[in-house]
Parts: sequence; structure tokens; C-alpha cells
Amino acid sequence: MRSYRGYLLMTENATPVVKDNMREPIRASEINPKFKYELIKQHGSEKLLKCFQCGTCTSDCPVARYSDSCRPRTILHMAKLGLKDRVLKSDTLWLCAACFTCTDRCPQDVEVASVIRVLRNLAAEEGIFPQVFRDQCESVLESGYAYKIPDLRIKKRESLGLPPLPKGNPESIKKSLKGVKFMKHMENKGDSNAKQ
Amino acid sequence: MPSSKYLIFLGCAVPYRVSAYEISARKVLTKLGVELVEMPEFNCCGLPLDPVSHETMLILAARNIALAEQEGLNIITLCPGCAGTLKKVNKILKEDKALREQINGHLKESGLEFKGTITVKHIAQVLTEDVGIDNIKKAVVKPLTMLKVAEHVGCHLLRPKEYIGFDDPEDPKILRNLIEATGATCLDYIDETECCGAPSVGVSDKIALQLARDKLSHVKLVDAQALITICAFCHIMFDTNELRIEKLFNEVYGIPILHYPQLLGLALGIAPEELAFNELRVNASKLL
Repeated sequence: MRSYRGYLLMTENATPVVKDNMREPIRASEINPKFKYELIKQHGSEKLLKCFQCGTCTSDCPVARYSDSCRPRTILHMAKLGLKDRVLKSDTLWLCAACFTCTDRCPQDVEVASVIRVLRNLAAEEGIFPQVFRDQCESVLESGYAYKIPDLRIKKRESLGLPPLPKGNPESIKKSLKGVKFMKHMENKGDSNAKQ
Repeated sequence: MPSSKYLIFLGCAVPYRVSAYEISARKVLTKLGVELVEMPEFNCCGLPLDPVSHETMLILAARNIALAEQEGLNIITLCPGCAGTLKKVNKILKEDKALREQINGHLKESGLEFKGTITVKHIAQVLTEDVGIDNIKKAVVKPLTMLKVAEHVGCHLLRPKEYIGFDDPEDPKILRNLIEATGATCLDYIDETECCGAPSVGVSDKIALQLARDKLSHVKLVDAQALITICAFCHIMFDTNELRIEKLFNEVYGIPILHYPQLLGLALGIAPEELAFNELRVNASKLL
């Protein structure tokens, strides 16, 4: 298996697919008018249609301060327009730090960060997501923990006077996650590992 | 001192990277009469996988709540991410019957069931609500009146407000009150409630480091002797990366980053060696 690199360890920019595709001219053929109705059925993005594009989310977004392309308002507008492919393939979708400042400050009560999460989930179902999430999911399925905790650390707990770490139950976790759509990507990963 | 008993939910980041937080938290809680029971079994709270699969997050969180329900104990967490996730899922599943049934369908496979009988609290909330600020003040034997520090409460302890439901994320008082209970002064600084940047690590390290640098420079402006955190991720972001930020931006900060229980422990008269000060990357010896 590929060596594990935790979320907290610095990795190179791992964002997938199309770079900064938010500013390209819109073609009529890209528009899927039903997309927004798909979205408002999902938990977290029910209030998407209430967005009136005031821009509070973007102006308060800490990430937007240092990125030319992370713009929550733009993402929401594109989602409402029905630019499904473009939104789901955009690298900027993954820049949100999920600090929830936008959600708490939206004057229309749109859960902005949750709309972004719904869009990320849809992208992930299609197999578009940064490597870091695959690593973490793999680790959860194998040990229960999102990071592979080195044996040395587990042993060190004793000398530090800490009680043993509670064990994960991988079999039970896998059973509970049966039927979850995203897991198909993890199964594929498992297969390719077996072949290697 | 009122006594309370909790199941301690360590999460993944605490045992992986920040044992100083766990060591000091256990010492302080025990001293203040909070009894801790270990989780019988554990899995990640689910938060790290929410971006790719909300359903996975719901199931992983519900599993932990169901395990705690079997033990008949409420959960205390050290990580605000875990606290936020477990609280949110606890609230959603208590209120939404259809979703609860769907998730319970998954849990049934492993003999578990979410019933909605427990509550989840973060350590800051337990210290404030169960122990109480007045009792903390009474327990202080070494008031830290010489210390002027800054606080960083982080995002997930208080946001999104609708689900977390305590304190005010725009003007948080919880950590400030806890710091002042030790006798230390808590300084105001620019953009106190801003994100540390940690969630962007792995997706864009550059943005993450710039956000952490902003915070450190604002803390430096008010001459704080230390920055106090109450989150594993915020602590990693500042403590582990401070030297890296200094090199990258050619600046000097030298601000020690303390876990709140370390600060409280000092005020309670616990020896610094017992509070794992040696585990910190940025040298904090000048505070002792």
C-alpha cells in the first residue's frame, strides 16, 4: 500500500481537476435548470434558493482573502444557474475551510458551508476529491482512527501515564457503512491494491 | 465541588499529535472532580469525511453516540471538531425521525442503535457549566496575575450557531472567562474569532499558513506572552507551524502556544512537568 500521509502533515497542493474554471464564459448548453431542485432536496442546502447574492459569505471568507478563486457567492450562483459540471469539477470547491462564518452571517439563513459540502459530496460520488480524504477514509476503515497512529505513540502513552487507547472495530465499522454510495470508491481502491 | 462523570472521547488528532493536551486535560479535570471513563470502543467522529460523504459522517458519529448510550454516560470531548459533529448529529437525529430510522438501519448491522438519550459537551463547556467559573477560581492556588495572554477559541467550538447553541461566535466569552479565572489577563486583539487555517492543510498549505500567520501577527501586536487554544487542530496549526511560518515569511514570533488545561493546571498548582510543557514545539519555559 502507498505510504500514508495524514491530513495534518503538509502535502503538496492535492486539489483535483479543472483549475479556476469560474470565470469562463457560460454556454447555454452547460445549463441544467433542474440542478437547483436536486440540491434543495439535500440536507444542508434546503435554503439555497433564498440566496440573493449579497456577497456577505465571500467578503467574510478567510480563505477568499488569500485565494483568487475561492468565492462562495460565485459557487452558490453557479449552482443556482445549473452549471453542474463546472461546479463539481472546480478545484475551488475544495478550498473551503468549513469555518462556518458564512453560514452564521448569511442574512438569508442559507447554510452556505453546507451547500458547499453538498456539492463536494456530489463531486466525490463521481470520484472527484482530493487524495487526503481517501487516505483518511482508508485509515478509518482499517483502524477506526482517521490517522494511522504509529505504534511508537501508542507505546509511549504508557510511559506518559496515559490509559491505553480505545480500539476501533473495523469489521463493525465496515458493516455500518455498507450501502453508502461513497464507499464504492474505497472498494475500487482496495481492488487495485490487491492487484499490485 | 460538584462531581460529574463523563465518557472521554479523545478523537483522532489528540492521540495522534497532541498528547500534551490530553495529559493536562486529564490532570485538570480529575483535580476539579470530573470523573473520566474510557470509551469501550472508538471510531472517528466522522467530521474529516463529511466533505466527501455526509452519510458516512452521520453513521460514524451516530455509532459513537450509540456506544455512549450503551454505557449510559454523557460524552466529553477535547476536540471542538468532534464536539461539534457529535452535537450536530445528536440534535439532527433526535429531531428527524426519518433520518434516524435510515441511520439506525445502518447501525443495526453491527448491533447498535441511536436512541437520543445522552448529551455531548466540549471540555470548555464542562469546565464552565459543570465545574463552574466560581469553583475554578476557588481551586486556584497560584493565581497567574503576572501573565498577559491572548485567546484563540477557534471555529468549531461555536459554529454553526444554530447547531452548537451556546455562547456567541461573534463575541465569544467562554475561553476568555476560563482564562481570567486563572488570574491571567486576557488581551483583545484584531480578528480574534478568525480561523487558524488548519482545515485547509492538505488542500492548500499556502492558504493555511497565511491564515495562521495573520493570527500570530495580530497576537504579537498586543505583546501577548502566550496564545491559549482549546482545540487540537488550532494548536497544531500554531505550535507546529510557528517556526515554519517564521522561516517562510522571514519574521520572528516566539509566542508559546498553550493548551488551556496547561494554563489552568499551573494555576491549580500542578507542576509544569506533569502538564507536558516539554511536548510543546515553541519553548514555553519563560512562562514558568
